[in-house]
Amino acid sequence: MRPRPALARSAIGAAIGLVLAGGVPTRGEGLTHEFSGSLRLESRGYPESAAYLGQRSLTSGFVAEPTLILEDEEGRSFTLTPFFRYDSADTRRTHTDLHEAYLLLFGEMGEGEWEVRLGFDRVFWGVTELNHLVDIVNQTDLVEHPDEEAKLGQLMAHLTWSGDWGVAELFALPWHRERTFPGRHGRLRAALVVDPDLVEYESGAGARHLDVAARYSHSFGPLDLGLSVFHGTSREPVLRPAAFRPILDDSATPILDGDGTPPLAPTALAPYYAQIRQLGLDAQVTADAWLFKLEAIHRSGASSLPSDRYPLGREEDYAAFALGTEYTFYSVFESASDLGLLGEWSYDDRGRRSTNQFQNDVFLGARLAFNDVDGTELVAGLVADTDYSTHSITVEGSRRLSDRWSMRLEAVAFFTVDEADPVFASRRDSFLGLDMVYHF
Amino acid sequence: MTLPHSALRAFRWLVPVLLAGLYVSGTARAATPEEAGLRIAVEARERGAGYGNFTARQEMVLRNKLGQESRRQLRIKVLEVEGDGNKSLFVFDEPRDVRGTALLIHAHRNEADDQWLYLPALKRVKRISSSNRSGSFMGSEFAYEDLSTPEVEKFTYRYLRDEPCGDLVCTVTERVPTDRKSGYRRQVVWQDTDELRTWKIEYFDRKDAHLKTLDMDQYEQYLERYWQAGEMTMVNHLTGKSTVLTWSDFEFRTDLDDRDFTKTGLKRAR
Repeated sequence: MRPRPALARSAIGAAIGLVLAGGVPTRGEGLTHEFSGSLRLESRGYPESAAYLGQRSLTSGFVAEPTLILEDEEGRSFTLTPFFRYDSADTRRTHTDLHEAYLLLFGEMGEGEWEVRLGFDRVFWGVTELNHLVDIVNQTDLVEHPDEEAKLGQLMAHLTWSGDWGVAELFALPWHRERTFPGRHGRLRAALVVDPDLVEYESGAGARHLDVAARYSHSFGPLDLGLSVFHGTSREPVLRPAAFRPILDDSATPILDGDGTPPLAPTALAPYYAQIRQLGLDAQVTADAWLFKLEAIHRSGASSLPSDRYPLGREEDYAAFALGTEYTFYSVFESASDLGLLGEWSYDDRGRRSTNQFQNDVFLGARLAFNDVDGTELVAGLVADTDYSTHSITVEGSRRLSDRWSMRLEAVAFFTVDEADPVFASRRDSFLGLDMVYHF
Repeated sequence: MTLPHSALRAFRWLVPVLLAGLYVSGTARAATPEEAGLRIAVEARERGAGYGNFTARQEMVLRNKLGQESRRQLRIKVLEVEGDGNKSLFVFDEPRDVRGTALLIHAHRNEADDQWLYLPALKRVKRISSSNRSGSFMGSEFAYEDLSTPEVEKFTYRYLRDEPCGDLVCTVTERVPTDRKSGYRRQVVWQDTDELRTWKIEYFDRKDAHLKTLDMDQYEQYLERYWQAGEMTMVNHLTGKSTVLTWSDFEFRTDLDDRDFTKTGLKRAR
């Protein structure tokens, strides 16, 4: 049967009204609703003293992420997932977002089917664990975690056709989201704070440029393959030194050069978003307990890292890939535990001009899943930069405390950081984190 | 060539007798115990075939030695595939921290199954290895291989004996997994001779120790043909832990089709 979008919308609107009025049965008028989500209490401690003025060493806060889903008898649905974080140290990390607010329609089309998602949604592309090169639809919510896995909701029209021949998807992305960055009191930032008021776009349409993307994916026996193309505003900004001011001495008087003019120094970073075109490939072969993974991109129009010679960065086409493997030993140590070993290599042909922190990095990881009643899991990883002498270690443990509570412990340690590495600014930002999560 | 009339008459009478003989010999009087065991397995598969698809709910209650309980709730959709293993989709409701996680399995008779996992927090579909046959399902006493349909081709069989089981008579068969990744050396299966419903399975580990026993109970018939156990109790004799799996809300021949068992369908499942 053919869904009627207008009808579905009005029905869903009426249902939202009913839910807000309260006291609605789960099933009524052929429409069901489902309310779930999580509340997280989080704290992070940075044992080393801060590298930059104003940075705090302890922070705590909470995250609320509820989801409301309304669905009619035909399976058409509306999903709403707002997101709110409060952070005691960094006002920039205190933020709200709309992770999801989309209408989902689908139906048959010959032997295959079609699907439409309209509104704010999140989409993930890719197969590797450390560096997500291919994934480009959503903006990174960087203040959430330096691992760049948290994403902001993206307004989109997302059309899918699928059949025996595979899955074809088309995306229209009308509104660009800016990446979030820590504020003055936050850790894991550059020496200068990013000033969102100074944002610049290559496109005259600014954030309103209509980005488009397409993807084809299919499973061929043990091979899962994805080919993608993106055309529009880059999700990855180049951070340019900006807001130049005279350098002041101790008595707040500008220091003058020999010829009597005051030299200027930047006081903030301005994010610049270029127009790019990206071709992407992601592939995974699953053979017994082995996984083999590849992600590769070619990006044109992107800006490389600003340098002394090119203080605004320079437009440069490049290619990058991530190659990885994973093997799992089941029922190890005469127990129910599974031990997975991971190895990945990430490479960007711009080398030291790369804007990606994993421009030539090796990642080795281990995942121990105890398969116990509490779902206890331990993950450890080492990232070694082979261009710079930078090494970091991450250890993460999680388990269920009850049907509704779970906890997560995390330690991220930067134990050698190369002075020339762009991540040098984070050298004193090793941290310990503890999250308590309530699920409802 | 045409057969004389009398021969045709004889055939009409002969065929049912031959068929009946086949079944009787299938349960007990075949040439070898191996053939007899295989015939029972094939017969059970044929009786279970043709259901098309179904949806159901599962609740697992996990109990440890001290009697402490933990619950799992999931919904399951199954699609029968002609000539191959079935397609199934599991969606987790409880525990709450894995709510919305979904698992899609394309089972195969003669090769490794295909499995995809959907992680709702990242909106990510991951192809995962299916070689974890012997691992615990969600910390329960059920291993993945205990929950998947026992495809005839994945075992060799040996008929052992017939014996009374409750009010019924059960045929007892031993089956040996052909998959080297199985956690079992062998299984002993009790099936009643009336309907070939499985009532009990004893699992023997790789060292041939009696590891677990599964009791299946509260059978109900659907579509006037298909028998489904409503309660499955797995007891681990080595640890003293047990898991009771309760099935409910069976619905057969719903409007499910292939499209619900794709990666796109997996992202929509919840």
